[in-house]
Amino acid sequence: MDLLGQYLINGLMLGTIYALVAVGFTLFFGVLDVIKFSHGDVLMVGAFTGFTAASAAGALGFSHPLAQLAATVVFALAGTALLGAAVAKWLILPLKNAPRLNILLATLMLGTALRESVRLFYPDGSNPKAFPSLLPTSAWQFGNFTLRADSAILVVTGIAVIVGLHLLINRTRLGLAIRAVAQDEETARTMGINYTLIVLVTFALGSGIAAVAGVMDGLYYNEINFGMGLLLGLIGFSAAIIGGLGNLYGAILGGFLFAALQMVGAVAMPFASAYKDVFAFAVVIALMAWKPTGLIPERSSDRV
Amino acid sequence: MKSILRFSVGAVLSAALAAVPLVGASAKDTVKIAFIGPLSGGTASIGVGGRNSTELAVRLRNADPKAKYKYELFAQDDECKPNVGVQAATKAAADRKVIGGITHYCSAVAMSTVDIYHKFNLPVIVWGAVLPDITYANDYAEVHRVNGTMINQNQVAADFMTKQGYKTWVILHDTTDYGKGHNTYFTKYLTEDGGKILGTFGVTSDQQDFTAELTKAKELKPDVIYFGGLTPLGVRIRQQMDKLGITAQFQGASGIVSDAFIEGLDPKLAEGTVAFREGAPVEKLPGGQYFMSEYEKAKFDQGPDAYGPFAFAAANLLMDAIETVGPDRKKVTAYLGKIENRDSIVGPITFDDHGQNSVAAITKYVIQDGKWVLWEDSEYASGKRKLTGK
Repeated sequence: MDLLGQYLINGLMLGTIYALVAVGFTLFFGVLDVIKFSHGDVLMVGAFTGFTAASAAGALGFSHPLAQLAATVVFALAGTALLGAAVAKWLILPLKNAPRLNILLATLMLGTALRESVRLFYPDGSNPKAFPSLLPTSAWQFGNFTLRADSAILVVTGIAVIVGLHLLINRTRLGLAIRAVAQDEETARTMGINYTLIVLVTFALGSGIAAVAGVMDGLYYNEINFGMGLLLGLIGFSAAIIGGLGNLYGAILGGFLFAALQMVGAVAMPFASAYKDVFAFAVVIALMAWKPTGLIPERSSDRV
Repeated sequence: MKSILRFSVGAVLSAALAAVPLVGASAKDTVKIAFIGPLSGGTASIGVGGRNSTELAVRLRNADPKAKYKYELFAQDDECKPNVGVQAATKAAADRKVIGGITHYCSAVAMSTVDIYHKFNLPVIVWGAVLPDITYANDYAEVHRVNGTMINQNQVAADFMTKQGYKTWVILHDTTDYGKGHNTYFTKYLTEDGGKILGTFGVTSDQQDFTAELTKAKELKPDVIYFGGLTPLGVRIRQQMDKLGITAQFQGASGIVSDAFIEGLDPKLAEGTVAFREGAPVEKLPGGQYFMSEYEKAKFDQGPDAYGPFAFAAANLLMDAIETVGPDRKKVTAYLGKIENRDSIVGPITFDDHGQNSVAAITKYVIQDGKWVLWEDSEYASGKRKLTGK
């Protein structure tokens, strides 16, 4: 029983990270109908920005973990938000009327360019970096179940970000504007909504959330590397697809579902745990065949 | 202004002219030797240590006035990835100026490149990869190895750990040939010694999250968690064991005997980890003192790490061969095939029919205060500190 708790917290941790990535895919698809494949690499850039900020804060004499953590989060968020907005402005908006496939390919290439740039230009970038542990590491034991303070804080933070995003989309004027643009660009424009601004803000928002996921990943595993965005991006995208692309709750559901599938694949299946990703992605394929529009399909009246 | 310019041009010219006779006097033919290892990625500290050691051997040889040739190192990064390794190996083998190679730390990479060396007749000496199949699964005369294989290592490991009184194990291994090999041999010897294996998990070589496997392992309550794989995964697994509150003893294979393993972990977490490696540690090697003092003189920005001495010995052996038979790949291969009881800094080298050096000694290591310490010299052996659960 207590082990179930352990599996649950492991799954929650992974699921939260996946959901945060998936939410970005869904946001972008919601407002612009585009699939932005560089999302995972934007996440990686966020993690590296955070890592650099933490190191810089340490070098400048802010040795307190909280100060370093603040620097990490602020710089990672700001950096990726800007990057996301820049990608939208100079790559995606100009290609808005091009075939969808072109945007997909262009962002795929951008992702590779980002990844390789970090590998080549970041000092010693091809090697994994030890991300500092900035959270308290005390642990509580419940029989066989160990809960570490840092894991708990990360899960709670991740869920808070998701709830915060939900409130932002549904309860604020900005959210209203995003929903309006998602539903109908023309009408939104005639209602006096600054279309370009809303698109840029949405991309900044989605990318900032990816940075949160990247920093969480770094804090949880204490390691980041230039290729971390590749699999995370793919998983996030799959999660968004099985949840129903364009639907916020679908993305969250998809993220947690994917984490659960990996867990089941690793522990409850008769084959070696190395095949857990094979299992999880195979189930994703089956789910897509069963429900091509996702578990919670996007309705045109209820986008984002 | 003009006169200054003319003056400086003149100075450069005369300096260049002065340098020419110097070069001319020592006009030896240039021979290239290749070094291939992981210069980036999680095992880079081993690879860079190996490259530096090879370069040191080359520099010392070039400084020797008796040497017949001028040697040039052609260092390539295999990133510890078979596909990249194959490219590097092909590049080295296709260059006719390259007469031999000091190749590979990662077994999976070495396995995928031996065919290329054979095809191009390029004699190579493996300096760090431990999978037996690299030398034994083929009869390529070109492939040699100065370090030992993982067979003896796991035999000693199983024997040692059961003698410490441990009874039950959970094995994690990566699913490359390397990790699978460790699993096979460790399982074999452990069962013979009466140890019990409660569970075996294969993990992919770039896996990040091990919480599912480790939670399952926790449920099985083993005395020891054995990991057959390389440093990056070793670091992650040790870290996540702590996150899940697993208190079992952590035991690694030679793949984690690297400074990077300790650097990647909290000193508290690394403490008490045991691992085994073939060959004696540098300070106990016959030529260890000489090697270390020369290495320090060369002022590399990083130490030789665990396999540097092997790379150094391999490079010297290769250059000896070229000195004796000339820069001809086939002749060098023939020469290397006959090596018997040759003195080197890692002890006498004898290649058997498969080009495998017989390295008898297996060293037992334990991490103590942030350093890999010889078990016999550690406070764990003297009873001052205790391994987990003892």
